[in-house]
Amino acid sequence: MDAFTTHTGTAVPLRRSNVDTDQIIPAVWLKQVSRTGFEKGLFSAWREDPAFVLNDPSYEGASILVSGPDFGTGSSREHAVWALQQYGFRVVIAARFGDIFRNNSTKMGLLPVILPAEKVEALQAAVEADPKLAVTVDLGERQVRWAGESVGFEIDDYTRWRLMEGLDDIGLTLRHADDITTYENGRQPWLPTTV
Amino acid sequence: MGRTLAEKVWEQHVVRRAEGEPDLLFIDLHLIHEVTSPQAFDGLRMAGRKVRRPDLTIATEDHNVPTVLGPISDPVSKTQVETLRKNAAEFGVRLHPMGDAGQGVVHIIGPQFGLTQPGMTIVCGDSHTSTHGAFGGIAFGIGTSEVEHVLATQTLPAYRPKTMAIEVSGELPLGVTAKDLILAIIAKIGTGGGQGYIVEYRGEAVRKLSMEGRMTVCNMSIEAGARAGMIAPDETTFEYLKGRPHAPEGEAWDQAVEYWRSLRTDDDAVFDKVVEIDASTLTPFVTWGTNPGQGLPLDAAVPEPSSFDDPTERAAAERALEYMGLTAGTPLREIEVDTVFVGSCTNGRLEDLRAAADILRGRQVRTRTLIVPGSMLVKLQAEKEGLDEVFTAAGAEWRQAGCSMCLGMNPDTLAPGERSASTSNRNFEGRQGKGGRTHLVSPAVAAATAVTGKLTAPADL
Repeated sequence: MDAFTTHTGTAVPLRRSNVDTDQIIPAVWLKQVSRTGFEKGLFSAWREDPAFVLNDPSYEGASILVSGPDFGTGSSREHAVWALQQYGFRVVIAARFGDIFRNNSTKMGLLPVILPAEKVEALQAAVEADPKLAVTVDLGERQVRWAGESVGFEIDDYTRWRLMEGLDDIGLTLRHADDITTYENGRQPWLPTTV
Repeated sequence: MGRTLAEKVWEQHVVRRAEGEPDLLFIDLHLIHEVTSPQAFDGLRMAGRKVRRPDLTIATEDHNVPTVLGPISDPVSKTQVETLRKNAAEFGVRLHPMGDAGQGVVHIIGPQFGLTQPGMTIVCGDSHTSTHGAFGGIAFGIGTSEVEHVLATQTLPAYRPKTMAIEVSGELPLGVTAKDLILAIIAKIGTGGGQGYIVEYRGEAVRKLSMEGRMTVCNMSIEAGARAGMIAPDETTFEYLKGRPHAPEGEAWDQAVEYWRSLRTDDDAVFDKVVEIDASTLTPFVTWGTNPGQGLPLDAAVPEPSSFDDPTERAAAERALEYMGLTAGTPLREIEVDTVFVGSCTNGRLEDLRAAADILRGRQVRTRTLIVPGSMLVKLQAEKEGLDEVFTAAGAEWRQAGCSMCLGMNPDTLAPGERSASTSNRNFEGRQGKGGRTHLVSPAVAAATAVTGKLTAPADL
């Protein structure tokens, strides 16, 4: 995974709530067995509407998605994260996220930022007023900054460290392979196996 | 201070705990299907890693499979299923492919084999893994990166979620089912209400549910935002498990039951949040919108968006009515549907099929009606009871096992603008096919709706 420290880019406002992962990437796109090419599926049903915000040329090249609450609810499909990243997003900002989506994002280096609903609204309004507004998301300082505004966000120390170092979870866990073996040897004897 | 059920199961699985880090949690069972696993196996191959515990891993084919006999005609779906077969063979994972007697929807086959047991940690690259919590374990959906992590290490790093009790007092009235209960709960707490929590469903009405009903409730925990939902094991649980192929036997059974009896929330334990609901006030429940929280009793009418105080909810309601092609004020009972779907990991078990058959016996359907058993074993059992004949005599289609019309990944889909009454779990835009309109209902309401062609409660017939 690529390390994430600080990112400055333009943003796009998505004024919808409950943006479930079926909207982010409809199921028909999940049949691929590779990890690439999902940008074509991003919001594919909504993008058919010429008025959809991602079709607005003034937001072209945006790398920060600013959404209504409950972004990424529903299906566990990590393809939603891949699609957002491959389309060019580095950060999603919302007041609330689906738990599985948020978790998947931090595994891939897409930063989910939780801001209070009124700050999300303020940022959406600022971006609508000036689509070329530079927005900075600073993971080190845990801050989102735009046009003189500076808003803090919370993220646990461990996840922040892992994102900033770009560390692979499996490698980290395998440092504790002995602990896993010890645990395995003490498991309850009646627990089932699939063999 | 006492501990909640969730805390007990979590603590039992902590491999390693260190200050400032998530717990490393051991995973007792890893369920795999064709959609969320190919990239995970690729990751293992690239890193030269093996599956650490193939003996705690089981795979099946469900999302892509057609529910009519014959091979997969979509070449992309076919490649995905073939990729799972290749990966299962290469990494030594037990697979139940299409045509196998053990094949079925991943969340139906785990319990059916007796692999899902109280106190276990169970994961799968599918958000409806919460189903398995019905047995009193912690079960949750994961993404593909985590699938790869579990394959490689049989563990997951995770912070323990907060705990929420949903206390369901009273008894469900006759004709009101587990599905109506969970739809009412989601409407009450909202699609984000459970975010960050493990939910424990408690109280008289929950205790009286069958295992099938408990699975229906836990299945939809994720629709309320909770990654996991659970119900303490009891005699109903033990009775369901006894004699299943992977359940313990003899002395091991006695040992296991003794431990399972300890898996209950202590009387002095404290939940981070408590929600109360009175089951005796519930009636058949249906969704009218495009998220599972947009539901109402069938007696109600399509709501006026202006009746929502919250501007976000109001905007969501406006958009939902437009997408659903509904007019505010229309009684829900007047909504005409084109297709009825009975099946899925929410309602594709034998009890669900019996409930639908009880309504359809001696009647005729007016809509396209798909009855899809959740597994090949459910199909066999239903056929043994003659349910298939009831369905076909009523004019419904009796299908092979699979996820079917729950999600638009196989040939069973809605056409644009087509409206369904569906026993599945998600009414998202396009979920059952692009432009399709979904009303979530119980199997009994689905069957009654098939008879009249409009959203209908069994008591209306």
